[in-house]
Amino acid sequence: MSIRARNLTSQRVNQLAPSGIRRFFDLLASMEGVISLGVGEPDFATPWHIREAAIYSLEKGYTMYTSNLGMPELRQELSRHLKDNYGLDYDPDSELLITVGVSEGLDLTMRAILDPGDEVIMPDPCYVSYNPCVALAGGRPIMVPTNQENNFEVGAADIEARVTDKTKAILIGYPANPTGAVMPRDKLAQIAEVARRHHLLVIYDEIYARLVYGVEHTCFATLPQMKENTILLGGFSKAYAMTGWRIGYAAANKEVIASMTKIHQYTMLCASIMAQVAAIEALKSGEDSVTEMVKDYNRRRLVMVKGLNKIGLPCFEPKGAFYAFPSIKSTGMTSEEFAEKLLLQEKVAAVPGSAFGQCGEGYIRCCYATSLADIEEALVRMGRFVKRYKK
Amino acid sequence: MLKEILKILENDARTTAKQISTMTSTSSAEVTKIIKKAEKDHTILKYKTIINWEKVGGEQVEALIEVKIAPQRDVGFDAIAERIYRFPQARSVYLLSGTYDLLVLVAGKTMHEVSDFVSQKLAPIEGVQGTVTHFMLKRYKEDGEILEGKEEVKRQPVIL
Repeated sequence: MSIRARNLTSQRVNQLAPSGIRRFFDLLASMEGVISLGVGEPDFATPWHIREAAIYSLEKGYTMYTSNLGMPELRQELSRHLKDNYGLDYDPDSELLITVGVSEGLDLTMRAILDPGDEVIMPDPCYVSYNPCVALAGGRPIMVPTNQENNFEVGAADIEARVTDKTKAILIGYPANPTGAVMPRDKLAQIAEVARRHHLLVIYDEIYARLVYGVEHTCFATLPQMKENTILLGGFSKAYAMTGWRIGYAAANKEVIASMTKIHQYTMLCASIMAQVAAIEALKSGEDSVTEMVKDYNRRRLVMVKGLNKIGLPCFEPKGAFYAFPSIKSTGMTSEEFAEKLLLQEKVAAVPGSAFGQCGEGYIRCCYATSLADIEEALVRMGRFVKRYKK
Repeated sequence: MLKEILKILENDARTTAKQISTMTSTSSAEVTKIIKKAEKDHTILKYKTIINWEKVGGEQVEALIEVKIAPQRDVGFDAIAERIYRFPQARSVYLLSGTYDLLVLVAGKTMHEVSDFVSQKLAPIEGVQGTVTHFMLKRYKEDGEILEGKEEVKRQPVIL
């Protein structure tokens, strides 16, 4: 039998839903003069002191593998950082793992904790990788609908209603992509209660932790008895404008970190050493840059949210990340239709909310990590567009 | 709020009161009031533009002049500094610690004009003990702005 007669690719991968917005991407790639609100990363380059530290390390010959867990100095700095910010004690030698971004951390987590058929509960809409990472690890994603009326917060009761004897974990992340939602501490505490009651792990994606505006970020592991049961995934991409470096970390109890490390050492070996050196510098002296960036994002956030509401795209106030998630329901279009027409007619790119789950239908994600001039121009164009189609 | 508004204006003086109002969640009227007051009490001195004159072949020569002076009874360095900073040719004047006392940024149309100013006006001032003139050869960065080869952040058009 020729190999062609068989399935070339695995059932597991074949069953993954294809990205619904491929066509939209291709369209965008063929156009010029587009203002993009579609990016998911800062519009700052990495602060110079961080880049300079990495350049210096290359000059000094730091070009080798590191420990599987990551450079000891980085884990120590990270441990200190988590202590200073959250008052949490993570042992740098057994409870921290340096990963290639939160993306790898998420994949490792799922592969480390799931057996076939195990269920993971997560909010809908949510970041695009959550669902496939669970499915690829043989688990079943169980979606909990959230909505604009509740500021896209996920309710503890809604989670609990979906717990079965197959449920292994809850996967959440606040501030959230795509909605910009931030969950208040008391509501997270209710989720912690559910996790305790049903002995569930909580995977908490903290990639946007530093980007909150006028509210406090709650680290899930700081909730009562939650450090033991939380797998904290964090990274440097958004806070320090280091997306291209691909560097993040996982903080969890010993057993989980040991299992994740097993997979990591066979598949990744270690995160790149220059990214690790840069991350050390970011933790040591990146604080001022973060504060300045947050102030700057906040100004643009206010312009974006006010502008969207004004042109007739109702938008709840996102308190974190750098996304606004307005409703486009008044136009009667699906979010994909809206995004495609907006791109063709007004040359503004925004991401259809449906890319993030069924509950994202009727919304678009607008990133305000772009220049103020571009935000204002985009709002003018979108205003024109909405006027044309408003029902 | 004043400081926040000043930060925004320092970064872009053309930001309108209405824009600042949105960015700071303050009423337009209140922002205008704060700016007017800052202008009146000279917290805001002037709105100006950073220009790369080399792009338009602007003929201008600049020099940094180190000035060593003998401080005077009662007025210290201030009286001599004032005699210097009143000349329009002196664009910036600073009192520094170290081996000399005043640093004066002088601008003129030609090198001659600048050196004439130093030798005819600045050096002969009573109390000035000596000057060292450094002509500026190239400006790389001005008030936080890189003049040439400013990096552009290149991002993919859509990232989820």
